[in-house]
Amino acid sequence: MRFVFKTTYDQDINLLKHEGYVRSYGILLVLALVAPLLLDEFYTGELTHIFAFAVCGLGLMIATGFTGLVSLGHAAFMGIGAYAHGYFLKLGVPWVFSVVLAVMLTASIGTLFAIPVLRMTGLYLAIATLAFAIICEEVFTGWKSVTRGTDGMFFEEIDLFGWIIEPGSLPFYYVLLILLVGTLLMTANLLRTPIGRAMIAIRDSEISAQSMGVNLARTKIIVFGISAAVTGLGGIMLAHKTTISAPDSYNILQSIALLLMIVVGGMGSIHGAVLGAAVVSVLPTIISIIKDWLPSLQDIHTLPTGVFGLVLIGFIILEPTGIYGMWRKFKLFVDVFPLYRRRTFKRQKAFLKTERMR
Amino acid sequence: MTAGAILEVTDLAVHFGGVRAVDGVSFHVMPGEVFTIVGPNGAGKTTVFNLISRIYDATTGSIAFHGEDITRAPAHRIAALGIARTFQNIELFEHATVLQNLLIGRHPHRRTNLVSELLFLPHVRRAERAHREKVEEVIDLLDLQSYRNQFIANLPYGIRKVVEIGRALCTEPTLLLLDEPSSGLSVEETEDVSFWIDDIKNDLGVTIIMVEHDMGLVADVSDRVMAMNEGKLLALGTPQEVQADEGVQRAYLGA
Repeated sequence: MRFVFKTTYDQDINLLKHEGYVRSYGILLVLALVAPLLLDEFYTGELTHIFAFAVCGLGLMIATGFTGLVSLGHAAFMGIGAYAHGYFLKLGVPWVFSVVLAVMLTASIGTLFAIPVLRMTGLYLAIATLAFAIICEEVFTGWKSVTRGTDGMFFEEIDLFGWIIEPGSLPFYYVLLILLVGTLLMTANLLRTPIGRAMIAIRDSEISAQSMGVNLARTKIIVFGISAAVTGLGGIMLAHKTTISAPDSYNILQSIALLLMIVVGGMGSIHGAVLGAAVVSVLPTIISIIKDWLPSLQDIHTLPTGVFGLVLIGFIILEPTGIYGMWRKFKLFVDVFPLYRRRTFKRQKAFLKTERMR
Repeated sequence: MTAGAILEVTDLAVHFGGVRAVDGVSFHVMPGEVFTIVGPNGAGKTTVFNLISRIYDATTGSIAFHGEDITRAPAHRIAALGIARTFQNIELFEHATVLQNLLIGRHPHRRTNLVSELLFLPHVRRAERAHREKVEEVIDLLDLQSYRNQFIANLPYGIRKVVEIGRALCTEPTLLLLDEPSSGLSVEETEDVSFWIDDIKNDLGVTIIMVEHDMGLVADVSDRVMAMNEGKLLALGTPQEVQADEGVQRAYLGA
């Protein structure tokens, strides 16, 4: 059992709270840095795929996992980010500025969408986001002069101030890694400052968040804007990884995949988004390997969708806290052995919520 | 208008359809006072709280705080004005630690903006340290040291009650609304609550309005008591006066 002797408030404020953090995240960073040198091209590609997905998942996690705003249409923001970026590139905007502009545009669309919609909560909000995603998919298909419709928009190399980076190359991996780490750090910063605490307060009890001085409408709108921006960045990363942006990459199934990601990874944690992204990226590969073993499954084209659904249901029933929740339980069990209490993670039913007042 | 009153409620009423939950109540609270609202179930006590903290819109009447009309102020502004409250059934953030819950109480004192928070600029760190110092003062006052890093879900009911009072104090209020601070507590814990209330009043100089059923606690800490029934004011005076009031006795005993 570790006992951290605290002598300054900074020890609680810092992201790396004690040497254990420095060690484990240090090792993780080194592994991420040397991975493409050790792995072959296919696995490096899979890793960049995970990075892109993880950023998309983080975007949804900010809205759904931290603030409790359920969205069934976040794939739309991936699409808006990717198409805007592609369009700006075509206009000749340098790569970095194009990314920034596209992310800002996605944030503004997210904010504008949020202003009327965030009066709704729960199921109604989910349906509104679903409708938004369907409309966006139609726009992506129909607005051919910008999106090239079902032909798709192609993303070739990244032109970083004259330095040409081919997709799948070593520098490409590092560009995506930097974007992921940057997003992770910003999200972590968000959570340790007033806005992050306000988000969690809104998720757990709107009424008491309000009486603690949180402006519900404003905070929700800001959060939705941030969430859209991050998801848009993820969409840009994914478009570069797959070199193409077509409307069917932003359909309902993609939105569900994002939701699957954060539920399987672990609701309400940054780790959850990354772990979930890993699962969602790797699952299709595993399914195709299984198909090789069992040729009778070859003809079932909907197999991935079915397996995704089963995994989602399995986690909701058996482990609602996701993979990261499992890890936290295991870690606490070891940390406080033999004093572990199951109740620590037990979800409580509060029958007397003052929410009734609404 | 009563001179020097911290809170002045005039002819306050709220109607939900045909139900007159609060029906023309007027009272004022002086600075440094413990003002208790008592009454049978459904008397409209908590509704008065919800009107003051602007969760409900008043149908008629007005509420003035420090002479400023807050009858139509937005609900999230109330905390910044200096009114904090607790809830009857505890509205803590359960999936967070005591420390995180108390830090949320610092929200009205947020001076940093979104961009600087995203980048965690040095002045954000300084602000966080200052928030933490304030929180530690409250932890000290309420003896919560050993619970600092515990999750709310792991804490017994009595401690949660105290944490909720602590969270309200972290907003640095001048007026504290306590909704049944002793409900669900043991006799000993109730005694503790009466000490906290004395401390909050005397050491921090916070004015307290409290809804309470435990007459022992009411008589212990209150300066003045207001009795309500069916949305109307029955009696207002010292605890002894109100307990002796015939109308109050009739409302409670149904005689």
